[in-house]
Amino acid sequence: MTGNFFYFLTFVTLFAAIGVVASKNPVYSVLFMILTFFALTGHYILLNAQFLAAVNFIVYMGAIMVLFLFVIMFLNMREDTEKHKPMLSKFAAAIAGGILFVVMIAALKDVNTQMMQPAVFDSQIGMVENLGKVLFRDYLLPFELASVLFLAAMAGAVMLGKREPGEQNRF
Amino acid sequence: MELDILLIKGLIIFAVFGITLLIATYSTYAERKVAAFIQDRVGPNRAGPFGLAQPLADAVKLFFKEEFVPANANKFLFIAGPSLAMLTACMSSAVIPFGGTLLIGGEYIHLQAIEVNIGILYVFGIVALGVYGIMIGGWASNNKFSLLGAIRAASQNISYELAMGMSIIALLLVTGTLSMRDIAAQQGQELFGVSGLNWNIFYQPVGFLIFIICAFAETNRVPFDLPECETELVGGYHTEYSSMGMGLYLFAEYVNIFVASAVMATLYFGGYNFPFMHQLGLPHNVVTILGTVVLFGKIFFFIFFFMWVRWTLPRFRYDQLMNLGWKILIPLSILNVIVTGGAILLKAELF
Repeated sequence: MTGNFFYFLTFVTLFAAIGVVASKNPVYSVLFMILTFFALTGHYILLNAQFLAAVNFIVYMGAIMVLFLFVIMFLNMREDTEKHKPMLSKFAAAIAGGILFVVMIAALKDVNTQMMQPAVFDSQIGMVENLGKVLFRDYLLPFELASVLFLAAMAGAVMLGKREPGEQNRF
Repeated sequence: MELDILLIKGLIIFAVFGITLLIATYSTYAERKVAAFIQDRVGPNRAGPFGLAQPLADAVKLFFKEEFVPANANKFLFIAGPSLAMLTACMSSAVIPFGGTLLIGGEYIHLQAIEVNIGILYVFGIVALGVYGIMIGGWASNNKFSLLGAIRAASQNISYELAMGMSIIALLLVTGTLSMRDIAAQQGQELFGVSGLNWNIFYQPVGFLIFIICAFAETNRVPFDLPECETELVGGYHTEYSSMGMGLYLFAEYVNIFVASAVMATLYFGGYNFPFMHQLGLPHNVVTILGTVVLFGKIFFFIFFFMWVRWTLPRFRYDQLMNLGWKILIPLSILNVIVTGGAILLKAELF
């Protein structure tokens, strides 16, 4: 049952991920990307990580993809008005992507694929309490540093968006 | 045994789904009656006694109208928009506990469709998803007014989601759990010797105020109904929709109001708990059924409140809406989180 569900989710993930790249209309690309994230959320639930699933759902599907869709709708790009990229950049992109793929395979080749041991497996490992304890006990410094990074990014965005002295109000 | 549990769960899910749709249906009737009452009119009174068959008549009318798809619209997404809006609206009532436990044949049955230990996050995620229906429908119509409505809906939802999330974080500091069932159960404890009155509104009044304002913005209700603002945008995101496509959008709004009311009643106003619930000495099942009735009373009050506000307040201007969201609600909610955290630390220090 779980195995079938995994194959189904994987199929949806890969299908949607290919759709992101292959579809000509950018709005379709974004919608396929939302579907990809939805399937990934399913994968998290299969891995017993409910909290990560919810956060993936809220942050990526609920907030970031809305912003993506927002920007693309604003630009209102259509397939007939879009200029096609030159052949050279297509080749460059294909080669760069292929090299990344090879690197991923090389990295995953030596992964220790142990089977799950039911006797010692803790099914509560992905629950929010355990995740919070791990984050605030074992990885407190990286966690805090990441929040500082976010703060810096936010301050930078505010700086960029701020009206300079003497600039006219454009709205 | 396995089959029994499945059957009971199925029945509860079916009941929750049915009640959600029924209440949403009669909210359309109630809205018109409340509007009529506030404006000193009579309201719908032709179809059936007191006009009670009016929602049915409306539905039949919408079904028999022509389903019109504009020539340059994206056909698939044009149909997908309202369907998605309705789907996401119906999904979120699944985790709300509509009552305590019923004791049948020595077994406790929870009156809740599904229990996940991240219940609040689930509701929050589905609410965040709801904006896609509006955005896709508005974009697919290929009409500038629809597109503007869709873009307004997106920016408004994102802005108010932040403040809403912050107000929920302050609430979570108090409760210490993400599960809706646990939050509802905690509020049944004693406060000043009165059982069932340990409501979160007494600990989080500011948080509740922020939450209810954001709930109005998330459900696109007056005074925040800028996405469908008819003085500026014809009909907003559903300008091009006719027949049941538009019906689904309108209906999804009422389902969202019901869910938002249920969430507010559960998170802040004690859920199915009522004062003196354990001191009356009533049997367990009677207390549970009374609790469910009380919960629906609270939900109906909030639905009425949504309508009351709609027919009383004027609409915001768009820049006022954004200022309220970003410059007032978000700083206030962050302050609320800090004060709540400080108060909890102080309490741990002193007592």
